[in-house]
Amino acid sequence: MSEHPPRYRDQGPLIPRNRAAHPVPYDPDYKTSVARSPQQPLLSMESTLSEETGPRFGHSTLGPLDNNLILNHSKDPARPAMGERILMHGRVLDETGRPVPQTLVEIWQANAGGRYRHVKDGYLAPLDPNFGGCGRTLTDDNGYYEFLTIRPGAYPWPNRGNDWRPMHIHISVFGHSFGQRLITQMYFEGDPLINRCPIAATVKSRSQLDRLVAPLDMAKARPLDFLAYKFDIVLRGRRQTMFENRMEGL
Amino acid sequence: MVQKLETLLETPSQTAGPYVHIGCIPSFAGLEGVYPEDLGLRAIEEGAKGEVITITGSIYDGTGWAMRDAMMESWQADAAGLFPGRAGADPKVIGFCRFAADKDSGEFTLTTVKPGATPTRAGGLQAPHIALWIVARGINIGLQTRIYFEDEDNTSDPVLSRIEQRNRVDTLLAKKTGAGQYRFDIHLQGAQETVFLDL
Repeated sequence: MSEHPPRYRDQGPLIPRNRAAHPVPYDPDYKTSVARSPQQPLLSMESTLSEETGPRFGHSTLGPLDNNLILNHSKDPARPAMGERILMHGRVLDETGRPVPQTLVEIWQANAGGRYRHVKDGYLAPLDPNFGGCGRTLTDDNGYYEFLTIRPGAYPWPNRGNDWRPMHIHISVFGHSFGQRLITQMYFEGDPLINRCPIAATVKSRSQLDRLVAPLDMAKARPLDFLAYKFDIVLRGRRQTMFENRMEGL
Repeated sequence: MVQKLETLLETPSQTAGPYVHIGCIPSFAGLEGVYPEDLGLRAIEEGAKGEVITITGSIYDGTGWAMRDAMMESWQADAAGLFPGRAGADPKVIGFCRFAADKDSGEFTLTTVKPGATPTRAGGLQAPHIALWIVARGINIGLQTRIYFEDEDNTSDPVLSRIEQRNRVDTLLAKKTGAGQYRFDIHLQGAQETVFLDL
């Protein structure tokens, strides 16, 4: 699993999480959150080794088609997934602006009709025999990642009387420490369902919600092949000052 | 006007949703063949040093219902208290594991080695524990907590010491149910609400 040299230097504790940048845990408009949100305050304190270290994944973990959702299910160029072909790309940075290299990014999504390949999804839209719906990749040395996929469809879900999820791709990022772990969703520029979605609306800061909406990026689109959407991701950073103790034992 | 701060804000979290398994443990979702095997299938390899233990539990929502769609990740040190990747750490301890609540019963199981105590920045020790991260539909930002062990010396652990209501410390202690067997139930709300962490 670990292909990276061990780190000995104390890089400092994680910057405390700014919870105002995140969704509220309890939101009655997103009904499932009502019984699943802690009611007691979280116990806040400085991070420890358990949060400042984390798993590392190397290239040996990954297959050549892992970040190509158009082909990674059929594995046959003659049987690509159905739908609008897109490149999803961006950078993973931390709060200090540094790129996060060689970190695992995983995505999952519905197919072009809005149906997930999951034993629990029974939506009317059909499965695409050539689409699985998961992908993964490592960021490069500058924090860049890319996925080739299809634009997922919007779909209805049981919540209020008639709620629909906007088109979205789920994203899971590790960073280099367990305390940086993040799962989020990417939405698509111009989708009118974003402003009607109670899950998107759990993010109360409009400027923060806007950061989940990927712009169309024609500079990355390939003529006669695919459109592109850019999605940059910022993970927690580390606090390091000249006054910070550097403990050899850590 | 003042100078501009360069610090970026973290990307907001969103719920992992009911289909988190597709992306993280696809075989659990019934999706086979994209990857050779799911990531994080096991926390240890054969031959890991230390006591091999099995921790079983459920995650209960505010109504007392055991959730069937949660996914968890664990991260821990080896039996000597060294985190994987560090010099001298047990190469058979992966330390990271992914596991899900059972679709029918809601029960989860983690098999691993009991971790050793780990150092703090202040020069003390943290009692043996496993860091846990819980995501599911309805959880808008992943929940952090820890599994400690009722049969270890937890008296000077800095996290447990910070819990003001001492009756809540118990929510972080795995209960021994047999040789190498522990029970750790998680309650999202209510009188037994688990202590969740922000660190």
